[in-house]
Amino acid sequence: MTVIAPGIVTDPTPDTVVVGPRSERPEERRSTGVLRRSDVLAILGSAVAAISLTAWLLTQLMLFDGVLPFVLVSYLFFVLIYSIVVRFDESQMAVRDRVVSVIVHSLATVLLLVLAVVVIYTFGRGITAIVHSNFFTADMSQTGPLDPLSSGGIVHAIAGTLIMITIALIISIPLGITTAVFISEFPGRYARLIRTVVEAMTALPSIVAGLFIYATVILTLGFDRSGFAASLAMTVMMLPIIIRSGDVVLRLVPGNLKEASLALGSSTWRTVWNVTLPTARSGLTTAIILGTARGIGETSPVLLTAGLTTYFNVNPFKGAMISLPLATFSFVKSPEPSMVARGFGSAAVLMVLVLILFAIARVIGGRGPGVLTARQQRRRTQQSREDDYRFTARDLGTPPPSVATGLFAGLRRRKITPKGGPS
Amino acid sequence: MSSWTAAPGALVEMSDLLELTAPVAEVPSPREDAPRPLRAAIGGQDRLFGLFTRGAASIVLVIMTLVGIFLLIRGLPALSAAGLGFVTTQAWEPNSGTFGIAAVITGTIFIALTAIVVAIPLATGTALYISEYAPRQIKQALVSIVDLMAAIPSVVYGLWGLFLLQPNILAVSRWIATVFGWIPIFHVTGFDPEDPLSSPTIFTASTFVAGLVVAMMVAPIISSIMREVFTQAPMGEREGALALGATRWGMIRSVVLPFGRGGMIGGTMLGLGRALGETIAVYLIISPAFVIQPHILEKGSNSISALIALRYSEASPFDISALMAAGLALFLMTLVVNFGASIIISRSRSGSASDG
Repeated sequence: MTVIAPGIVTDPTPDTVVVGPRSERPEERRSTGVLRRSDVLAILGSAVAAISLTAWLLTQLMLFDGVLPFVLVSYLFFVLIYSIVVRFDESQMAVRDRVVSVIVHSLATVLLLVLAVVVIYTFGRGITAIVHSNFFTADMSQTGPLDPLSSGGIVHAIAGTLIMITIALIISIPLGITTAVFISEFPGRYARLIRTVVEAMTALPSIVAGLFIYATVILTLGFDRSGFAASLAMTVMMLPIIIRSGDVVLRLVPGNLKEASLALGSSTWRTVWNVTLPTARSGLTTAIILGTARGIGETSPVLLTAGLTTYFNVNPFKGAMISLPLATFSFVKSPEPSMVARGFGSAAVLMVLVLILFAIARVIGGRGPGVLTARQQRRRTQQSREDDYRFTARDLGTPPPSVATGLFAGLRRRKITPKGGPS
Repeated sequence: MSSWTAAPGALVEMSDLLELTAPVAEVPSPREDAPRPLRAAIGGQDRLFGLFTRGAASIVLVIMTLVGIFLLIRGLPALSAAGLGFVTTQAWEPNSGTFGIAAVITGTIFIALTAIVVAIPLATGTALYISEYAPRQIKQALVSIVDLMAAIPSVVYGLWGLFLLQPNILAVSRWIATVFGWIPIFHVTGFDPEDPLSSPTIFTASTFVAGLVVAMMVAPIISSIMREVFTQAPMGEREGALALGATRWGMIRSVVLPFGRGGMIGGTMLGLGRALGETIAVYLIISPAFVIQPHILEKGSNSISALIALRYSEASPFDISALMAAGLALFLMTLVVNFGASIIISRSRSGSASDG
């Protein structure tokens, strides 16, 4: 009822409408969803029709055999039948919309399904090797190709992977982060050149990285194949990834933060160390972890530079070393079922490593620069509250300890919530 | 300044003129009015810091340049021995003098193209699903899953392709060869659709199977770049299209896809770069053949990276030199594709493609 002026009512309905049947039950919230029963029925009906038609073609006409062709052909029929069914009560434009929607959904499903199949299949076939505890405690030096799974293991490959990636990280983290800082903090022609080169190197084929270290360290400098050479090859591959994503993250640090620091009189170096890097810490961690995940999973650089061994070796500078992907690769080249099972087992272990790294990256790097975790937020709030209390106490001219509890409680009651986050 | 006071016909008193011109003498000369040079006094610490970071960046630059230079130096003996034959010879027998990358480079390109043709629809569909169709609650999870897929080691995909995909895909290869065998690239030599006893092994280890595995590896990479540009499509234009009565597909076709065109092309080229350089998955699946194999369903294929992984161990110095030259060819190819991709992507970010 809208009242324009006293006495004038513009809405005539209240007196005339009988509100009986509506007032009996509480008003329901109207659904804003667009899914109708006829849509679901159309999809299900078309699917059933398509599968039946394909089954008939398969059993009666024998046009094809095998599971995958069956799925493909029935999918084609499904799209065709579905478009005809929708055409019965929709316009041409709506039909196109529906068909595209179905196709987009199925393409996304295929990709996600492939991921699920890859993961589950690897674990499913690797489980026969993983259940033996010696798989994680023994190396392959005493195990022949015909020995059962209860002998031999991949501890040498796990140790090799960890040693190689550690050395690679020791080199690439300082070098990569410093270069990223140079690109983002000292813009100019030289920085642009480096950024372009680094971007072009991000997709450097891993075998070329291996070949490069093979040409320099092993052929030109005359060293033997070793774990150290392999970690150098990994470094060459990981550096561009770390620099590129580190640069992106550093550029996201709010400019007013840096300017505030500079305006307070601190040097560039102090600003970078105390403001830019801590603010971008989570993003930089993500950059490093993503680079690590890429480096840890590559086979070919290690294949060319570390050599193959079945012995447990922890000295990266002497003797051949092996990594998990390379162990997987050499296991599955053997025709023996037990060796293939070991290959799947080491692939599963490798994948667990990558999954863990990725999960850590998500947990740390899910937030943008300057966005705090709940605990950081609480700590920051607490600190501001104490500062506020200190300032108030100073203004009142009171020594802090004497009124601490009372004043603090008073501040709490007023619900002072200082802004968290530096931005 | 004094010119307007002497305007034609104006009678100017001497005293007025004096008053007017007097301040002029105090105006500073143009030389003094030049902008003050802004030069910050850089402290010793900062100069050291600048030198330090510049040094680190220079080390990286040197390493990255050395990759190309060393491949060239090491590959030069083979390149000069083979001459122009290096790009036209199909065989790979460096010790007898006849070797070239004609077979392996076409194999590399065929595998990469097969992968890209399969990966583009998958990646576009997934990117559109995540950015346009997926419920808000699961969107972030889907983004993480696709990124995770891009981080799975290539040897795992290789295992999957070798042990699970290959046995199951043979029926599809056979079906394609039966139905589309009249198209040259789907032709399979020695395959007779009428013969029920024909062995399916002629379809194993083919370009097609290797391409499918590589497609699964590059699709997440392409998809995550496409999703990024699709979500950047301006909200106002989307709502405008919907308000004018467009269906969701109409909105996507008229707003999202034109806006994301640059990202789609750039992402695809980035995926192509990865597909060209993929080693282990391809090595596990193909059976190397040193002839140009244009029939993608037929057994036998090759790629530069698989060639290097296959031959590096049993090689004499000249063999190694030839492999380095092949690696250089692969390196240059990916570099060109990559440069193109990064240029296209960086241009598309400006939003200039939104009127397209």
